[in-house]
Amino acid sequence: MGRLIDEFHKLPGVGPKSAQRLTYYLVRMPEEEARSLAESILAVKERIVLCSQCYNITEIDPCELCNDPARDETRICVVEEALDVLALEKTSSYKGLYHVLHGVISPMNGVGPDDLKIQPLLARLRNGSVGELIIATNPNMEGEATSMYIHKLVSALGLRVTRPARGLPVGGDLEYTDEVTLGRAMESRETLPSSP
Amino acid sequence: MSRPRTYKTHGIVLKHMPLGEADRIVTVYSRERGKLRAVARGVRRTTSKLRGHLETLSHVAVSISEGRSLDAITEAQSIHAFRGLREDLQTVSEAVYMAELVDGFSADSSPDAKIFDLFLGSLVQLDEGRSSPQLVRFFEVQLLASSGFGPEFQRCVECGIVLEPREHVFSLAMGGIVCPACKGRSGEAVVPLSLNGIKLLRHFQRTSKTSMPEMSLSPALATELQRVLRSYIRHVLERDLKSAEFMNLVASTAR
Repeated sequence: MGRLIDEFHKLPGVGPKSAQRLTYYLVRMPEEEARSLAESILAVKERIVLCSQCYNITEIDPCELCNDPARDETRICVVEEALDVLALEKTSSYKGLYHVLHGVISPMNGVGPDDLKIQPLLARLRNGSVGELIIATNPNMEGEATSMYIHKLVSALGLRVTRPARGLPVGGDLEYTDEVTLGRAMESRETLPSSP
Repeated sequence: MSRPRTYKTHGIVLKHMPLGEADRIVTVYSRERGKLRAVARGVRRTTSKLRGHLETLSHVAVSISEGRSLDAITEAQSIHAFRGLREDLQTVSEAVYMAELVDGFSADSSPDAKIFDLFLGSLVQLDEGRSSPQLVRFFEVQLLASSGFGPEFQRCVECGIVLEPREHVFSLAMGGIVCPACKGRSGEAVVPLSLNGIKLLRHFQRTSKTSMPEMSLSPALATELQRVLRSYIRHVLERDLKSAEFMNLVASTAR
């Protein structure tokens, strides 16, 4: 039981008390439910692979997004994590392809460019069918550094390179917005449609 | 139960790491309290009021309430976000390198106003676009001196004799120059150092300013100083700095 508590404790967001609670819950769980949980954990590890093109997590390779003929192949959106793909897909406003870096350049945490899927991205871009590269890394110091680094590497390829706009979040508060965000939001104002 | 104590301070955000669902542990180097770690609750949510004010390398004013194990940031307001510095990969990489050095050379809650002023002054210089190799070298020499690892450039570290004006070798283990007579006696790793290099390092160490003196450096001399200081810092910290590697990578792709 100690071993199971330790294993739960390794999961993100699970503290020592939660780990104990989960373990005691499992002890009282019917056997078939426990078996099903164990099997699904194993299945995830066995079946889930990284897509050989975009490095998204998938059960089939290439992944559904890369295989979909309806997706716009001239656009690639670079994201830090596979979860970012889910978030962008939820918006339904992007129909291009993705490329998952699996991290961000963060020298303070010991992550350099070689630890990310940047080389495969360059190989994809050299194929020539891509016209726009959207670098959707997070708008923080690490994400910006990664974006600038990739931009520098691809500048010779003659692509259109874009970043998602920065501005005020929905449900946000102008008073508490930091100066950089507010400054950028003011610089990229939108004209309201003129009333008829 | 006693009421939680709160205090206000200002400092530069060195780094942060995610904690739980939406929290972050932020490491701040403050002028009055040295390096401190505090949790910023909910800061990863887009509507967080702290978010954006706690970016890495920002100079921020914070209110902190003391907790049982970890202190918590209750308010944050950026004083200077160094936007200019963030828009160039070269200056970002240099600033991150400085942050990693400050992090590496400082212990928790031991304030050093001189290191803080040096760090802030260097960030301001980078932000104004006055980036140069000697700025980083100057920062390294000054930081080493303030942290008690100041290298000896005037006398031989073995025998104490005043060094003759000529080229010498720098001993990493001894943290200073060894004279020709003592050289090779200890068998420690040494790095060659030219006369001009020694003069410049002495000047960097002597000056009481918190900002880099304006001067230009030949590429050969810049490389030499970088090699000596980098090797010495690696020797003191007993590890390679990832940000140093990244800084070199950026500098090489820029050419």
